Amino acid sequence: MQLKILVWLSLVFSPSLMALPALSVVEVEQGIYVHFGQHQFPNKTNHGAIANIGFIIGEQCVAVIDTGGNPEQGYALKKAIEKITDTPVCYVINTHVHPDHIYGNIAFKQPNVKFIGHKNLARAMATRSHYYIDKAAEQLDVHLLAKDIIAPTKEVKRQLMIDLGNRKLMLTAHPTAHTDNDLSVLDKKTNSVWLSDLLFVKHIPVLDGSLKGWLKVLNQLEQHDYKTVIPGHGAVVRDWPKSMQPEKQYLERLLIEIRAMLAKGQFIEQAIEQVGYSEKSKWLLFDKYHKRNVTSAFAELEWED
Amino acid sequence: MKKSVIKVLIFCLLLTPIWVSAAKKDEVNWNYVLKKQYFRGQTIIESDDIIEIEVPYRAEDPALVPIKIISKIKQTSQNYIKKILVLVDNNPMPFVGEFKFTPLSGQADLAMRIRVNSYSYIRVIAETSEGKLYMTKKFVKASGGCSAPIGNDLDAAMKRLGKMKFKFDKHRQAGKPLQTQLLISHPNITGMQMDQVTRFVKKSHFIKQFKVTFNGQSVLKAKVDIAISADPNFRFYFLPEQGGELKAEFTDTSCESAVSRKVCSKGKRYSISQIMTD
Repeated sequence: MQLKILVWLSLVFSPSLMALPALSVVEVEQGIYVHFGQHQFPNKTNHGAIANIGFIIGEQCVAVIDTGGNPEQGYALKKAIEKITDTPVCYVINTHVHPDHIYGNIAFKQPNVKFIGHKNLARAMATRSHYYIDKAAEQLDVHLLAKDIIAPTKEVKRQLMIDLGNRKLMLTAHPTAHTDNDLSVLDKKTNSVWLSDLLFVKHIPVLDGSLKGWLKVLNQLEQHDYKTVIPGHGAVVRDWPKSMQPEKQYLERLLIEIRAMLAKGQFIEQAIEQVGYSEKSKWLLFDKYHKRNVTSAFAELEWED
Repeated sequence: MKKSVIKVLIFCLLLTPIWVSAAKKDEVNWNYVLKKQYFRGQTIIESDDIIEIEVPYRAEDPALVPIKIISKIKQTSQNYIKKILVLVDNNPMPFVGEFKFTPLSGQADLAMRIRVNSYSYIRVIAETSEGKLYMTKKFVKASGGCSAPIGNDLDAAMKRLGKMKFKFDKHRQAGKPLQTQLLISHPNITGMQMDQVTRFVKKSHFIKQFKVTFNGQSVLKAKVDIAISADPNFRFYFLPEQGGELKAEFTDTSCESAVSRKVCSKGKRYSISQIMTD
C-alpha cells in the first residue's frame, strides 16, 4: 500500500519519468506544422509553454522553429516530429532570445543539429541567461542550467538560405524591433513566413527592443504578399497584412501619445499611467505588458530631438 | 460564497508564514549586513517625516523602475539634507548611489530609474546637515516575463554613449527651485552575463560618478553603480537666483567583476553645459 503511494507520488512529481505525450501540432501549409500556444502569462502552471512553436519538413531535413518554454515541451515537440516523419532534424532555428521560444533547445542537442540564430542572439543569451535561469526556477518552476540554453552554432548577419531538400528557407535577421535579435523564416515553396514575435495576434505586443524599429520592420513586411503568416502568439494569418493592423495601430498609438507627452515636458511615471489605455479592450494580457511597453518606449523616444 | 471565503482564508494562512519569514530575513539582512556596512554604530531613525520614496507597486520592467524621493524639509543654509543613500536590499550589488545636496539644490528631491533584480525593499537613508540619519523604505515586486534588468538595444546605447541633455520645467518661477532633468546616454553594462553560455565576455561598464554645478557651485554630486538603468536619467532641483552656467560632468569606469570594485579602469570623462538667462 505504502509502496503504491510512493510510486504514485514519484510519478506525479517527476514528469520526466512519465511517457511524454507528443505535442499537438497543426499542419497550416504543406509540411509546415505549428503548435499554437495559449494566451497566458508565463507561470508555474503552464511552465512558460505559451508560444507558437513548430517545424518545417523538407525531403532531407526538418527545421525546428523555436523549441518551447521548457525542456519538456522541447521533448514533446521532438516526439511530435518523430510521429509525423522519419526525416531527421538538421536545424533548430531560434527566432529570438525570449524564454518561451528557446527553453526547449536542449531536447534537440545532437552533434549533427545546427542551431541558427540572429547575429545578436548569442550576446542576448549571455547577458540575460543569468537572470533568466534564476527566474525560471522562481516563477515558472522550470529548472535549467547554463548548458540548456544553447547558443547558435550558425549566426545570421542579414540573410541566410538553407535547403531542407527541395525546400528552401530564407532566414532574415531584422534590425532591432521586438528584440534586438529577431529572425524570420520564409518558406519559398508555400510563400509562408514565420514571423514569430514580430507579430502578435490578440495577445498584446510585447516591446523589448525598439518601438520605432519595430514599426519600420512592419512597414517593410507589409509590402510583401505572403500567403500564410505564423505569429509568435495567436492564430495563423491568411489575410496578410490585414491581421497585422491592430499591432501596428497599437505601436503607433504609443509613438504618438508618448511624443505628445514629451513635448509637454511630462515624465515617464505620468506616461505609464496615461498612455495607450484606449487600446486596452483590444488585447489579451494588456495589464501584464502594457506598462512595460510604455516604459520601454518612453526611454527610447526621449532621445529624439 | 462562504466556501470561497474559507478557501481564501486558508490560502492566506498558508501564505502568512512565508511572508513573515521573508520580511524577517530582509530585516536581518539589513541589520546585520547592510547597516553594518554603511552605517556602523550609527543611529538611524525610521520615519517618513524627512523624506519619502515613491515606487511602483510592481516593477513592470525590472530594467527600468522609476523611483522618486521626496524631501519634506526646505534646503536652508541652516538645515538641509546633505546626503541621500539608496539601496536595493536584494540586488546582487545593493548599492544604487550616494547623492550629495547643498542649499543651492533648493529642494533635495530626486527621481531616477533603477534596476531591481527580484522582490526587494528599496531603502533611502537621508543625512541632514546636523548629521542625523533618517530612513524610509518601500517594497517592490519584480515582475515576471521576459525582460531582464539590462537594456533592450545595446548597439543603439553604445552608439550614443556620452551624449547628455538637460530638460527644464517650463513653468519657471523666480526665487523657486527649478525642476531639472539630466539625461545621460550610457548602456551602464552590469557585467553580469553568463560567459559559459556563449563565451561572450563583457566587463561591467558604468557611470561611477557625476556632478551638476551652477556657476561653479555644487547642486548635486553623486556616486553611482550598476543598479542605475541604461541611459541614466536624474530629476532634481536647483535654485537659479540669477542667470549663469549649469554644467554636468560624469566619469565612467569598467570593472573586472560585476560585484567587486577592486579592479577597475580609470574610465572617461564627459561634460555638458548650458547657459541659463535671467
